Amino acid sequence: MEPRGVRIFLRVFAFLVMAFLYAPLAVIVTASFNASQIPTWPIKHYTTHWWHLALNDERAHTALINSVKVGLGATAIALVLGSSAAFALSRFRFFGQNSLSLLLVLPIALPGIVTGLSLLSVIKYFSITPSLVTIVVGHATFCIVVVYNNVVARLRRSSGSLDEASMDLGADGWQTFRYVMLPNLATALVAGGLLAFALSFDEIVVTNFTAGAQETLPLWIYNQFRLPNTAQEVNAVAVIVIVLTAIPVYLAQRLMRDTGGLTTR
Amino acid sequence: MRVRFALAAVLIAAMAVAAGCGSGSSGGSSGGGGTGSNGPKLPTSIGPTEGKLKLIAWQGYTEDNVVKPFEKQTGCQVTVKYGQTSDEMFQLMQGGGYDGVSASGDASNRLIAAGLVSPINPNLIPDFKNISPELQSPPHNTIDGVHYGVSYQWGANVLMYNTDQVTPAPDSWAVIFDGSSYKGKVDAYDSPIYIADAALYLKSAQPDLKITDPYELTQTQFDAAVNLLKKQHQQIGNYWSSYTSQIQDFTQGSIVIGPTWPYQVNTLKGSGVHVDAVLPKEGATGWADTWMMYSKAAHPNCMLKWMAYATTPEVQAKTAYTFGSAPANPQACTILDKEVKNYCTDYHVTDQNYFKNIAFWKTPLQDCGDSRGNACVDYSQWALAWTTIKNS
Amino acid sequence: MATESVPAPVAARRRVSAFLYRRRWLKLVLLLIPPFGWMVVVYLAALAVLLATAFWQQDVLSGKIIHTFTTDNIQYIRNDPTIRKVTRDTVQMAVIVTITDILLAFPLAYYMVRIASRRTRALLLVGVLMPLWSSYLIKAYTWRLMTGDKGTINWALGQVGLGPLHIAFTQTAMWLAFSYIWLPYMVLPVYAALERIPNSLIEASEDLGGRAWRTLRSVVLPLALPGIAAGSIFTFSLTLGDYIMVDLVGGNKTDFLGSIIYRYQGVANDLPLAAAVAIIPVVVITVYLLLVKRLGAFEAL
Repeated sequence: MEPRGVRIFLRVFAFLVMAFLYAPLAVIVTASFNASQIPTWPIKHYTTHWWHLALNDERAHTALINSVKVGLGATAIALVLGSSAAFALSRFRFFGQNSLSLLLVLPIALPGIVTGLSLLSVIKYFSITPSLVTIVVGHATFCIVVVYNNVVARLRRSSGSLDEASMDLGADGWQTFRYVMLPNLATALVAGGLLAFALSFDEIVVTNFTAGAQETLPLWIYNQFRLPNTAQEVNAVAVIVIVLTAIPVYLAQRLMRDTGGLTTR
Repeated sequence: MRVRFALAAVLIAAMAVAAGCGSGSSGGSSGGGGTGSNGPKLPTSIGPTEGKLKLIAWQGYTEDNVVKPFEKQTGCQVTVKYGQTSDEMFQLMQGGGYDGVSASGDASNRLIAAGLVSPINPNLIPDFKNISPELQSPPHNTIDGVHYGVSYQWGANVLMYNTDQVTPAPDSWAVIFDGSSYKGKVDAYDSPIYIADAALYLKSAQPDLKITDPYELTQTQFDAAVNLLKKQHQQIGNYWSSYTSQIQDFTQGSIVIGPTWPYQVNTLKGSGVHVDAVLPKEGATGWADTWMMYSKAAHPNCMLKWMAYATTPEVQAKTAYTFGSAPANPQACTILDKEVKNYCTDYHVTDQNYFKNIAFWKTPLQDCGDSRGNACVDYSQWALAWTTIKNS
Repeated sequence: MATESVPAPVAARRRVSAFLYRRRWLKLVLLLIPPFGWMVVVYLAALAVLLATAFWQQDVLSGKIIHTFTTDNIQYIRNDPTIRKVTRDTVQMAVIVTITDILLAFPLAYYMVRIASRRTRALLLVGVLMPLWSSYLIKAYTWRLMTGDKGTINWALGQVGLGPLHIAFTQTAMWLAFSYIWLPYMVLPVYAALERIPNSLIEASEDLGGRAWRTLRSVVLPLALPGIAAGSIFTFSLTLGDYIMVDLVGGNKTDFLGSIIYRYQGVANDLPLAAAVAIIPVVVITVYLLLVKRLGAFEAL
């Protein structure tokens, strides 16, 4: 047990850090009501104009839907590939295992601009038409490691003996996978999937290089800033997104209540 | 970052090497190739439309209020890819698949030289004759009398200052190049092409350098401009590339003086911020955009209809208002002046003298385009020098 | 074992199952091919192409890449003093931001794991995750507003009678913004690592006479280190490659590596030169990854 003084200090510190995390978000919410077209502080006049614009902006809606589509696509690919890699690297022993795990980390560790430029070179070389598919491919690549990490951590904590027991009892590979392994991994997959989706949803750099005429939400925001008359609309959109995403995050958190956390397992 | 506008617009102008002042032509356009030939026979009427149109454009040129009526009128469904810089637009055109592009001056000449854009028949554009005379056949989109597009919008880079904090009112670029009174509160345009602004200033301030064209500089002239900018770096608060950011800076008072476009000036004045702008006595750089058609366009008739549509007074006015630019077709003024009082006067839409005093952006090339031959510094060096300036 | 007949698809499945069970190596290969096939084809090959491009040159006029081998670009990045200065500045900021985030995240994570009640912990966890969903771009713009001369920070200081700080477009402003924006990425792995430490270990340490500080130093920290190292991968590499925050909050007054790469590939349309500069962060991060791997970071991501 930590001494009382330390506990009080930590409580205060935690509060301050959370305040630090949320202060800019409070500014965003406030700014979304700023009547001025130019970002200024403090706010002199309030308006709901930006909210009207945001709720009726078709282009923003399309961008949001595109972002969701891309996120789901990238997450689906990452779930399959990440789990596959996790099984391969944790249930087997073979030469070169460590370099493979390094390989998976690279897309997320190297700067987005390097990944983006690389993918762009390939797109141009093969004269591929950029589309939502190229964006999904780019995103899936750095999302794989996020799923991999969650699944591998879970696999490390459970031995393969459960699976073998299942087979001893007469289940084939598929049944074992479906009735024994999957439930065990469920929370890891949800955690990994959620994080992967979040990464893809807010990604701008790689997306900039791999998109064609389509816009994801970050691209829309980026372009919207250039329009002086409606630039401030982005604040309202940002708040809407935060509110919308509170729901899946909360649900996921409840889902993983027993394991106590979203991050591991 | 890259304000598309800025870069793109900025980079405009490729007055083709030959351009020079004057007339046209001969020889040299960058690279020699692509001077207009009498070859291609141009269509004399616009055929049936193809139902689709794919454009590369600067953000703001293809807003719904401009595109939707066009789609209704012609049945051409428009999809737009926004380019962030002239270079990106050039790369996109190289990749193919688009029908047209709103090219700035530096991109336009390279597009012509690379054979990526087709000549057009001005008779197919009803408002062509209404375009300002100096923009009907400018060197950046017309070679040897052959038109490779229609001029769309243009603007100049002026000097804006906070009237409360900057006294006396400046009339020269010296304040931001040679002065030190506003240290930390000066901004500058974030692109290597800004070196031309320094060169333009040195043309008057250091006449022994004998600078004639701020985009075609010998090594000595170039080094002088770069050194001037390194000196300026000590005074700089930030380098702007998005006009929204610059507006914010002047509103907050973080920046009190720097080069800008009329749009920012008017927006700030409109919000009650005490600023004013001046075209300094040494002159200014500027940008001009052209709609050009891809030489292998899949939907050429839709593109021609677009060009015709884009030069009508209503569309010119709508875009000029959104963008903050000067329309190429002055007939838009009657509409614009209703929306914003004195728009056309403020933006000098019909002022030929103003127009002539602007050094429109173009790609610096090794071929100086005059008696100096191949002694000039090309744009790749400008980019490298810009990195050195920023980190000096 | 049941002897009733089994439907055909199930029987086929069982045959495949048995087949794979006996040939474990085949199972391994089938598991490895999708993910690593993808990585090699989509990512490694692309990366190789980019790095190879560093050895080519761009034709200024036509914008086409000339495929003749040259080391001009490599010479440039090795010898140019500006590039060296920018690399130093970028790495410096990445390190400072990483340290800052560790100092902010560790106590928070410790509190969440060891002291907070179950409900508070769940609340805080959601609280840390939520900001991840708000747009990076908008946060960057907001920091520009906040650090302005008449921005939120100065306004807040003014409310309590403190003088205005001129931090607009300074390294300080960038440091604040970077530390802010990557913080959740550091909190999550540290939290996960701390959570994995069984209570019994801490109690054992105390039983052995270790007081809070000693326990922290000798038991908790070493076990949390992989998590800290994992989080540092994010803070370090995200700062190292950033160019958007440098522009919006830093005013683009000086360059980071990302800004230069972006400029060369965009404005200058010189992909080979951009690729050459891109080699620098690739090398730096690969070295960093190898270092951090030793600390067990990869298991703690």
